[in-house]
Amino acid sequence: MTIAVSILPEQQLAALNAAYRKAVARKRLRLVAGLAVFVAALILASIGAEVNLRTFFSYFGNFVSYFDRILTLDGGQRVWTNPGEWFWGWHKWLKLLGETLLISYVGTLIGAVFAFALNFFSADNTSPAAWLRFTVRRLLEFARTVPGIVFALIFVMAFGLGPVAGVLAIAIHSTGALGKLFSEIVENADMKPVEGIRSTGASWISCMRFAVLPQVSAGYASYALLRFEINVREASVMGFVGAGGIGQELIVAIRKFYYSDVSAILVTIIVTVFLIDITTGWVRGRLFGKEART
Amino acid sequence: MSKPHDIDTAEMRSRYPDIFDRPATARLATPAMAVAALAIFVYGLVDLDFSPSRFIAGLSQLGWITMMMIPPDPGTSLPLYLKALGETLSIALLGTTLAALLALPVSLFAARNIVPSVSLRFPVRRFLDSIRGVDTLIWALVWINVVGLGPFAGVLAIAVSDFGAFGKLFSEAIEGADQKQVEGIHASGGSVLHEIRFGLMPQVLPVIAGQVLYFIESNTRSATIIGIVGAGGIGLQLAEQIRVLEWQKVSFLILMILVAVAAIDFISGKLRFAIIGRRAVA
Repeated sequence: MTIAVSILPEQQLAALNAAYRKAVARKRLRLVAGLAVFVAALILASIGAEVNLRTFFSYFGNFVSYFDRILTLDGGQRVWTNPGEWFWGWHKWLKLLGETLLISYVGTLIGAVFAFALNFFSADNTSPAAWLRFTVRRLLEFARTVPGIVFALIFVMAFGLGPVAGVLAIAIHSTGALGKLFSEIVENADMKPVEGIRSTGASWISCMRFAVLPQVSAGYASYALLRFEINVREASVMGFVGAGGIGQELIVAIRKFYYSDVSAILVTIIVTVFLIDITTGWVRGRLFGKEART
Repeated sequence: MSKPHDIDTAEMRSRYPDIFDRPATARLATPAMAVAALAIFVYGLVDLDFSPSRFIAGLSQLGWITMMMIPPDPGTSLPLYLKALGETLSIALLGTTLAALLALPVSLFAARNIVPSVSLRFPVRRFLDSIRGVDTLIWALVWINVVGLGPFAGVLAIAVSDFGAFGKLFSEAIEGADQKQVEGIHASGGSVLHEIRFGLMPQVLPVIAGQVLYFIESNTRSATIIGIVGAGGIGLQLAEQIRVLEWQKVSFLILMILVAVAAIDFISGKLRFAIIGRRAVA
C-alpha cells in the first residue's frame, strides 16, 4: 500500500510559505533584538566589573597552580601520601567544625520557632487581619533579603566576637526564609477542616492548632531540615567576619598562604556538607514516607 | 440516622485499634525526639557562650546601634555608593552568564538520558557536588589570590560556584525532557548533536532561561556580600562602614541593597513569565 502525501496547489502553498516565513522572521527578529540587549548589558557590566581578559589569561595558570600548591605539603610531596601531616590540626578543626554545626543547629531552631510563630499571620488564608499580614510579611522580607553575613557583621559589633553573633545572624535569616516557605505551605492547606472547627465555636488559636497544624507539620519539618543543610554552609563562612566556627581557621589559612591547611579544611567542610546532605535527605524521606502512610 | 451520643466507644476502640491503642514506641517517638532536640539546643547555648547577661548587654548595644542608624544618610559618598552598586549588579550578571555558558555543555555529561554510562556520569556529578559544597565567599578568597583584589575576582567566584549549581539543575532539566522528540530526530537519521540541538534544546532552553534569570536575582544578593572579603561591589563599602561605625551610612547602604534586590526581582520576574509563560520555575 502506498501512502500519497497530498501536495497543495502551487499558489496556496506559496501563500502559506510566505506566512510561515513572516512568522519565523518576526520571531527571529525578537530573538536577535533580545540577544543584542543582553550583549550590550554584558559589555556594560564587564566595564563596570573591571573585567580584564589579559589579567585573566596571564593569571589563569595561577588558578591551576593554586590547586597544585594547596595539594602539596611543605615537604614537597602530595598531601595524600601523608594524611597524618596533612590533617595535623584535626583536633582543633574538628572542634571548630562541631562549633559550626552547633551554630547552624541552634540558629535554625531559633529561626524555625520564630518562623512558626509568625507564619500563620502572614499566610493569606489564616491571617486574622490585613494590617498584621502586611507588617509580618515586610518584616520577613527584610530578614531574608539582608544577607546573613551582613547581620553577622553588625552583631559582631553588638555582641562581641564569637559564635553568638553567628547564631543570631543565622536565626534571623532563617526566620525570614522559613517564614515565607511555612506560610506558603499554610496557603496550600485545605480550609475545610478550619471551617469545621470554626463551626463548633472554636477560637482562632484552636483552629490553627487542630485544623491547620496537622496538615502542615510534615512540610514544616522538611523545610526546616533543608534550611539546616543550607545553614551549615552559611555557618562555615561566618568565621570570616569573626562570628565563630571553622571559617576563622580557613580565612587565616587562605590569607597567610598555609596551602596544605587550606585543602585540609576545605576537604573537612565538603565531607561534612555531604554527610549532612545525605542524612537530612534520608530523614526527610522518612518523614514524608511516614506521613503518606497514616 | 444515629445521633452522636449513640456512638459506642468500646466498639470504635475495637474497630480502630491503630488510632486508640497505638504502641508505646509510636506514642513516645515524638516527645522523645522533641526532648532530644531541646537537649542539643541547650547544650549548644551553653557551649556557644550564650550567657543571659551577655545577651542582654548585646541587645542594648544593638538597640543603641539601631538608634544611631536613623536617619539613613550617605554623607558625601553617594556617587561612590552608586558606582559600587553598579559594580555589584555587573558582577551578578557576568558571573551568572559565565556560569550558565560553562555549565550547559557539562550538564549534558551529567544527564542520564544523554550519557547512559554510569562510570562517566558519576565523576561529573561528584565534581559538580564538590564545587557546590564550597561557599561563594571561599571561592572569592581563592580568586583574590589568583587575580588580585577587585570585582573581577567576584565575577569569577560567582561563576565557579554557580557552575556547580547550574550543572546540577540543567542536567535535571535535561533528564526531565520528553524523549519522544529525540527519538523522532533519531528516526529521521539525525546524529547525536542533531538530537541535542533539535530534539532536546527547544524543550530545555525555556526552563534553563528561567533558572538563569532566577540565579541572576539571587546572585545580586550573593554579590553584595563577596565585597566583604575584598572582591568588589557594595559589600566592600558596607563592611568598611560597619568597621568604622558609621551607622547612618550602613543603614543607607542596606536600604540601597534592599531597593536594588527588589528592582531586580521585579524585572526578572516579568522576564521569566515572558519567557516561560505562567509556569512556575522549580
